[in-house]
Amino acid sequence: MKKNKMIERAIHGAFLILGLLTVGCVLLITIYLVISGIPAITEIGLFDFLFGAKWASTADEPSYGILPFILTSVYGTAGAILIGVPIGFFAAVYLSKMANPKVKAFMEGAVSLLAGIPSVVYGLVGMLVLVPAVREVFDIPDGASLFSAIIILAIMILPSIIKVSMTALEAVPKEYEDASLALGATPVETYFRVSVPAAKSGIAAAVVLGVGRAIGEAMAVMMVSGNVPNMPSLFQSVRFLTTAVASEMSYSSGLQQQALFSIALVLFLFIMLINATLNFFLKKEKD
Amino acid sequence: MKKIISIFATAIIMLGALTGCSSEKESVATDGSTSMEKVIGVLGETFENDTGITVTYNPTGSGSGIKAVAAGTCDIGLSSRDLKEEEKAQGLTATVLAYDGIAIIVNPENPINDLDVETIAKIYTGEIANWKEIGGNDSEIVLIGREAGSGTRDGFESITGTEDICKYRQELTSTGDVITTVAGNPAAIGYASVASVKDSVKMLTVGGVAPSEDTIKDGSYVVQRPFVLVTKTGAELSESAQKFFDYITSENARPAISSAGVVAAN
Repeated sequence: MKKNKMIERAIHGAFLILGLLTVGCVLLITIYLVISGIPAITEIGLFDFLFGAKWASTADEPSYGILPFILTSVYGTAGAILIGVPIGFFAAVYLSKMANPKVKAFMEGAVSLLAGIPSVVYGLVGMLVLVPAVREVFDIPDGASLFSAIIILAIMILPSIIKVSMTALEAVPKEYEDASLALGATPVETYFRVSVPAAKSGIAAAVVLGVGRAIGEAMAVMMVSGNVPNMPSLFQSVRFLTTAVASEMSYSSGLQQQALFSIALVLFLFIMLINATLNFFLKKEKD
Repeated sequence: MKKIISIFATAIIMLGALTGCSSEKESVATDGSTSMEKVIGVLGETFENDTGITVTYNPTGSGSGIKAVAAGTCDIGLSSRDLKEEEKAQGLTATVLAYDGIAIIVNPENPINDLDVETIAKIYTGEIANWKEIGGNDSEIVLIGREAGSGTRDGFESITGTEDICKYRQELTSTGDVITTVAGNPAAIGYASVASVKDSVKMLTVGGVAPSEDTIKDGSYVVQRPFVLVTKTGAELSESAQKFFDYITSENARPAISSAGVVAAN
């Protein structure tokens, strides 16, 4: 009996250490980012850094304004949400409520596959297919633009939106729907007036998760957005917060490198904000 | 039970892999410029055939390679640009291994075959914005370049005198991306290391001179840059690294360096 208790304790301890390991990683990254991100911000000045419109990190008189990156990330994410959420939401309603089991199994598999495709593959396909197509269709000199990035991001966030929304919709008690149907509502009325409102915080969580995925994506957008630090405009070459860090890191030195850490810190704060929002919605759903 | 057995089996295999690594023979670690992949690959191979010492290469970019030497995580750093003053001040020495021509590339559909350096500079600064101004098709010129800090960009901009004033449409992070993009857009112009240019794009002659070993070596093809070996000043290399260094900077390495498409400095 005593031996059993000992084993229990040992296992408990081991799991505690594993759990703390995760927390430790998060703390380590946070502390590291803050420590390495602050110096450049104090040197450049917080206002000039966040609201400066010009980024020329290797110029003789360098300027480190990241407003173009912030706006690009915000617009790009908003665009992806605008396109991705309606598609993802209706797909989730269809799959969880209307689709027959065979179609559902097939489409769920396809969605999972979509989630599993590495982002560099999205980027490659975007570079070779989407970018030339955008150039032809809109008759512009070059297709690498904010628009191409939005399309890629919209596709990339679909799986998380569909899957999380589906889970929320499927968790709606069947009694709700039965009651609505018994009162004479048609199935479609029931889904949109009863099931969806009942699952709304779960669906909101799905959208927030999509935002998080879109704002954090680097590889795929790097390959289709052109990477020039312009102020964002739909058919112009643009640079995101993520790609600003990724594209210059390998060759950077001195203040330029510190500024890249500061960009990472800004990105990190954005992600924290999104996570806090996500937790808010998830908590609301529990209550 | 089966699960436990399989976990043990995996653990044993992993252990085997680990010991495999640690019992490795002598090796030389190089780290740096992605443009130097080909030349270091060829040199490493011939060196290994002769001496049995393996040469590892980590394609991280010139800046990272220089940092790796300074931090002591590799034996020889590879940089496709000369060292900056602040880097030399850290106690690093540069030895030129070879010269690499930077090719100016356009889409094969483009009728233009020759540009001089001044025209290239005007194109990249936006002064000439349409191909028809220099006798090409009526289409806006799409400028493809590399990211800030890239050795190729640094080389190109310093040679053409366009530092920090290039009006790029796209800033890509690898030579391969530049070639792919230029190959896919009839109005594009880009630059890339001569050694890595493929048939999918057309190399232009600059001032009537085509990039070739002779023209790069005698300096008549003007768009060129050095490939530099970076070491710590005063610090002694390991025996095998010193051997490799001596070999690649000797005349014996010349054929191997040429076969990689660049021109040996020694």
